[in-house]
Amino acid sequence: MTLPSIRWSPTATTSVVFLAALGICAMRFPVVLSGQVLGDLLTDSAVLGIGVVGMTFVVVAGGIDLSVGGVMAFSAMFVAVAIERWAMSPLLAFLSIAVLATGFGALVGAAIHNLKTPPFILTLAAMFLARGACFALSKSSIPIKHPDYERMANFAVALPGGFKLSLVAALMLTTFVVGGVVLHRTPWGAAVFAVGGDQRSAGMMGLKVGRMTMSIYAMSGFCAALAGIALSLYTGAGYPLAAQGSELDVIAAVVIGGALLSGGYGRMVGSFLGVLIQGLILLYITFDGGLSSWWAKISIGALLFAFIAFQKLAGRWVTREATV
Amino acid sequence: MMGVVRGLRGATPQFLVLGLILLMDRLAAPGFFDISVRNGRLAGSLVDILNRGAPVGLLALGMAPVIATGGIDLSVGAVMAIAGAVMAVIVSHGGSWILGVACALAAGGACGFWNGALIAGLGIKPFVATLVLMVAGRGVAQLVTQGRIMTFAEPHLATLGGGAWLGLPVPTLILAAITVLAVLVVRSSPAGLFIEAVGGNRRASRLAGVEAGAVTLLVYVASGLAAAIAGIIVASDISGADANNAGLWFELDAILAVAVGGGSLAGGRFSLSRAVLGALAIQALKTGILLTGLPPEFNLLVMAGAIVLVLCLQSPALRPLAVRLGERRA
Repeated sequence: MTLPSIRWSPTATTSVVFLAALGICAMRFPVVLSGQVLGDLLTDSAVLGIGVVGMTFVVVAGGIDLSVGGVMAFSAMFVAVAIERWAMSPLLAFLSIAVLATGFGALVGAAIHNLKTPPFILTLAAMFLARGACFALSKSSIPIKHPDYERMANFAVALPGGFKLSLVAALMLTTFVVGGVVLHRTPWGAAVFAVGGDQRSAGMMGLKVGRMTMSIYAMSGFCAALAGIALSLYTGAGYPLAAQGSELDVIAAVVIGGALLSGGYGRMVGSFLGVLIQGLILLYITFDGGLSSWWAKISIGALLFAFIAFQKLAGRWVTREATV
Repeated sequence: MMGVVRGLRGATPQFLVLGLILLMDRLAAPGFFDISVRNGRLAGSLVDILNRGAPVGLLALGMAPVIATGGIDLSVGAVMAIAGAVMAVIVSHGGSWILGVACALAAGGACGFWNGALIAGLGIKPFVATLVLMVAGRGVAQLVTQGRIMTFAEPHLATLGGGAWLGLPVPTLILAAITVLAVLVVRSSPAGLFIEAVGGNRRASRLAGVEAGAVTLLVYVASGLAAAIAGIIVASDISGADANNAGLWFELDAILAVAVGGGSLAGGRFSLSRAVLGALAIQALKTGILLTGLPPEFNLLVMAGAIVLVLCLQSPALRPLAVRLGERRA
């Protein structure tokens, strides 16, 4: 049924948009193609990117997770409080928040499956909960002054061509690679596609849909915790209002990456390119200097619309081909 | 008027919820039910709830029919910001307040039309389609105000947002008037029937001759208009437009209000007057939290709990349990 061209065409579209965005940036600001700027692009996109890995699983499974921004902020807050107030070692703090956020995600997934509610409403409640918990920890920003922490935050590997790979950028790249392997090369990943394609037939095939939903949202929670750790490294602090609205950026990146919000289709490579496209838009606005920051929101919204409309029209075209 | 009364007759659960929350508020703050007359207007916590609950009440009026068609409008908060921004720019550049309000309404209607066109025309899922405007809407509002917080001094608008008439806050009166108007439109014409038919079974309604596409489009336009009115009130109240924070998280309050008001989140049934009661109950909850002296951020936790509770009560998974309990009682 699925022809190779259909399997790859949204990703191909994303690649074209990415190359066009890179081309436009490089033509106006040739310095964009230097190793240093590209390294910064990866570092600046890291927090968003790690969250996008988790969201890709959820979207491919036909769900949505609006709580990622809140969980990211909470994770960063938790790490800051654990290190500064409870004198935890950074590694132990990372481990605790990863376990905590994964468990929280599993709980959300279980609730979505058992209450049979639309995921976006339940994850909205989860977002409120996570944001509220941020404020319960502290109402103001908590800077992290642990010596190991600063070392980690400043750590970077110098590569040829002035390219500097920071720790958070490396974390994002690793998450994408591991996420891609898990999604496209493991039985669990295949099950994610099956649940997203048609939940009922997946259930009839013998998949434990409830357990799958739980594990998918747990995965999203885990990735959000990783993103939160990256956020705390990137900003050097925990701040309850951090990453506000980032859930929308994360979803936008996944959609621009070619995944279908109705589930059953998506590729990790596409999501990665979606993150970089958003990064390039921000880069262009920063380099230009004369453009205001709101153009980022508008252009991301426009791209989001373009991709959704394209998918709808392409979907119609494909079904017509299939029925003829 | 009759329609509102008829709608409220079946609203016992909503009145119970509201009463319970008000009672808890009373326990938290002893002077909660006190109402005094200050400067020729009523003052007190109850009046405050009616006043501050007006914007969410308006959003709920728009959201209830949207949800009844099986849709959702996530963009209402952003539309509030756009409408407030449009009005602020016109008034602060010397335009009359009537022009400002008219343009804000037009902007809200246009946003609703855009949502409706995506959903009815292109067949995009409502939550996806309205997400676009939710993402881009605040950017548009910032574009309109050029990123500044636009302030204005206009006596008519000050009255609109913070004035009183016959002792009652003007926003409350606006909410009351629009509720009556909306109930009249929806219940004395086949409009309400069509909306519920589309939400209940889209295909069946189309086969029965209902213009499902047109109904969907109009419902989103109405939601955009309601959001614009809420945005006008909020902007008038603070005599300025804040593109970043106006209406932030209001979409959630509105959805919750509709759910508390007994509207099924799966679509197919709705009641406007009960949705407004739901909005007031939410405002009573928020005011109560403020009165207890807890930090306002605590609202988020309570709201999350309330959403989960309502979802549990509405969940089809729990319905067999409820039926079984009912049988045992019988």
